[in-house]
Amino acid sequence: MILQNAEIVTRDGVKLADVTVENGRIAKISSCPRATKRDELVLDCRGLTVFPGLIDMHVHLREPGFERKEDIASGSRAAVKGGFTQICCMPNTDPVIDNKVVASYITARAKEVGLCKIHPIGAITKGQRGEELAAIGGMKAAGVVALSEDGKSVQNSKLMANAMLYASDFGLKCLCHCEDPALSDGASVNEGYYSTLTGLKGSLRAAEDVMIARELLLAESLDLPVHICHVSTYSGVQLIREAKARGVKVTAETCPHYFILTDEAIKNFDTNTKVNPPLRAEKDRLAVIEGLKDGTIDCIVTDHAPHHADDKNVEYALAAFGISGLETSFALSYTALVKTGLLTPAQLAEKMSGAPAKILGLEGGELKVGAPADLTVVDLNEKWTVEPNKFVSKGKNSPFGGREVYGKVKYTVVDGTIKYEEQTA
Amino acid sequence: MNRKDLLGLFDLSAEEIWKILSLGLEYKAALKGGEKNFGQLRGKSAVILFYENSTRTRTSFELAAKLLGAHVINISVATSSVQKGETLIDTGKTLDAMLHDFLIIRHPMGGAPKLLAETVKAHVVNGGDGMTEHPTQALLDMLTLREHFGRIEGLKVAILGDIRHSRVAKSNLYGLGKLGAEVRMFAPKTLMPEGLEREGAVICSSREEAIAGADAVMGLRIQLERQKAGNFPSLGEYAKYYGISEEVLRLAPNALILHPGPVNRGVELTSGVIDGENSRIEDQVLSGVAVRMAVLTLLDRGTLS
Repeated sequence: MILQNAEIVTRDGVKLADVTVENGRIAKISSCPRATKRDELVLDCRGLTVFPGLIDMHVHLREPGFERKEDIASGSRAAVKGGFTQICCMPNTDPVIDNKVVASYITARAKEVGLCKIHPIGAITKGQRGEELAAIGGMKAAGVVALSEDGKSVQNSKLMANAMLYASDFGLKCLCHCEDPALSDGASVNEGYYSTLTGLKGSLRAAEDVMIARELLLAESLDLPVHICHVSTYSGVQLIREAKARGVKVTAETCPHYFILTDEAIKNFDTNTKVNPPLRAEKDRLAVIEGLKDGTIDCIVTDHAPHHADDKNVEYALAAFGISGLETSFALSYTALVKTGLLTPAQLAEKMSGAPAKILGLEGGELKVGAPADLTVVDLNEKWTVEPNKFVSKGKNSPFGGREVYGKVKYTVVDGTIKYEEQTA
Repeated sequence: MNRKDLLGLFDLSAEEIWKILSLGLEYKAALKGGEKNFGQLRGKSAVILFYENSTRTRTSFELAAKLLGAHVINISVATSSVQKGETLIDTGKTLDAMLHDFLIIRHPMGGAPKLLAETVKAHVVNGGDGMTEHPTQALLDMLTLREHFGRIEGLKVAILGDIRHSRVAKSNLYGLGKLGAEVRMFAPKTLMPEGLEREGAVICSSREEAIAGADAVMGLRIQLERQKAGNFPSLGEYAKYYGISEEVLRLAPNALILHPGPVNRGVELTSGVIDGENSRIEDQVLSGVAVRMAVLTLLDRGTLS
């Protein structure tokens, strides 16, 4: 296969080149056109941009247990439609991914579906109950790439320290959802003017920050790496920035909704704005952008959290947390960060592909000869409108409906095979 | 467009509020004159759908609808079944299929009346939702003030107590603010939410600052569960530092005393204040019936917009 006349996004910037793919890998990147071979698949990429295959290290696929919300097949379709070639799925399934059997099930189903690469993330503790360590060694052998108690923090600090230590024996990192439940106390939204106005129970930034601080201090004390999930507060960004400055091995992620929306979006009780951590204030949004710019926040994830309509068509306080994000993440990020000049295309590629690969030790994340041919081909100039009802994900829960964005995924190539091609009507 | 529902005072215009108060004053005068037969809602039906306990508000709505000639059905839903029973949307659709004209809802969760209103054709009246709004309570407070002072504009109204959890305080702030009153608020820091100054509240740093020179003083009910959640040490201490006593009221000797009820005697207000000559707590009750009659009538006529 050859991708001709593409703008390719590399570490050094964007350049016009042809990309030759052989045996599932990038065989050649050249700015000199060459004759195509007989039977060779030619993708004319004139006017299109090729990014290294996008990687989303924070996705909820809901299978096993909650297939009404999403399953591995529908989640995979959503991923490749969104330009993702690799995704990592969180363990809050039923049963929880806390042993090799469930982890193996995920990887086996992923292969059967055969769209994007799916890497399971194992729970830190059995059943995510926060009491005993999950079968970390066994899960590693079954393909787990990291550990997370996602949706909550391991409350017992000693157990969390042990988890970091034991996980390091297997080369695994803990990805930390940071929340002190005594402080968040069942809240639906951020504590502030809009929680007052709506009368919805609010959670202080400190509910997130105290646990970010704990994870940073544990990592520092143990001299081990740690990854902070979906950072949403200005103070959390600052804690991570300071920790990085003194040498703590911390990496961090955020999601498009934290650098695009604020809690003003909750004022009409749209349950699609209910997400954990909650949408914060404008100063938080700006700090998250600053963190992305200065490298404090390494990567962008979706925290893709698909839900059935029934889980959202209820009173705000009863609605499920989460946003269905795989199909909008690239365009939202490109529009909010690159179109505005805050990041270069190469920096966006790093946030959405290079950094997650490095954090988890995955192959890919860069357009270079010898790398797996995981490619995301995008028309950056195409403007389109987000229509959640047209998502291929089962989860239509997005607060971005009606928003105009730039950047349409045309092809998603995984290991040299086209797994998604935009259907033009 | 005609307003279908009364969900809160936040979205109401001053003109709409005055319309309700004017009709409410007429109804109140008629009620005081012994009138009990009002036919405005004859042939209509209203469901009172309460997901929270209430005696005062429920009785008031029921009486208001009945005095206007409507058929009234009461439905009490135990709070526990909110989470496991039928969804609010399904309940709304069922009631709507019975072709009711009014659904009057009280619900422990903010935004529930809005969700119901978006689901049904019936007029929805908010009888109090979570920590969000309690519009008819604020309207009855304003009616009481209007009746006594002959105006709302320029009045200084002090609201003291658990502002954080109070839908009454918020509805009063929005309503009184629109009619030109000054609303002062004071609460223990643990019970004061963020941002009400953006809605025009004067946030006071002491009970005395809030009360000095006020035309009306409203105490809010404090619930024992707030103590258990660690918001203040004891009801005794609450009464001592945050309660409204005859002594504190020397700073506003003529202020009307209001309270949404039911009152914890000796906690948010001393008995002397409750039973004192400036107390309008009992008078508020009849204002409540009148103002609810006005709301139902105006929604039925389609004259709020």
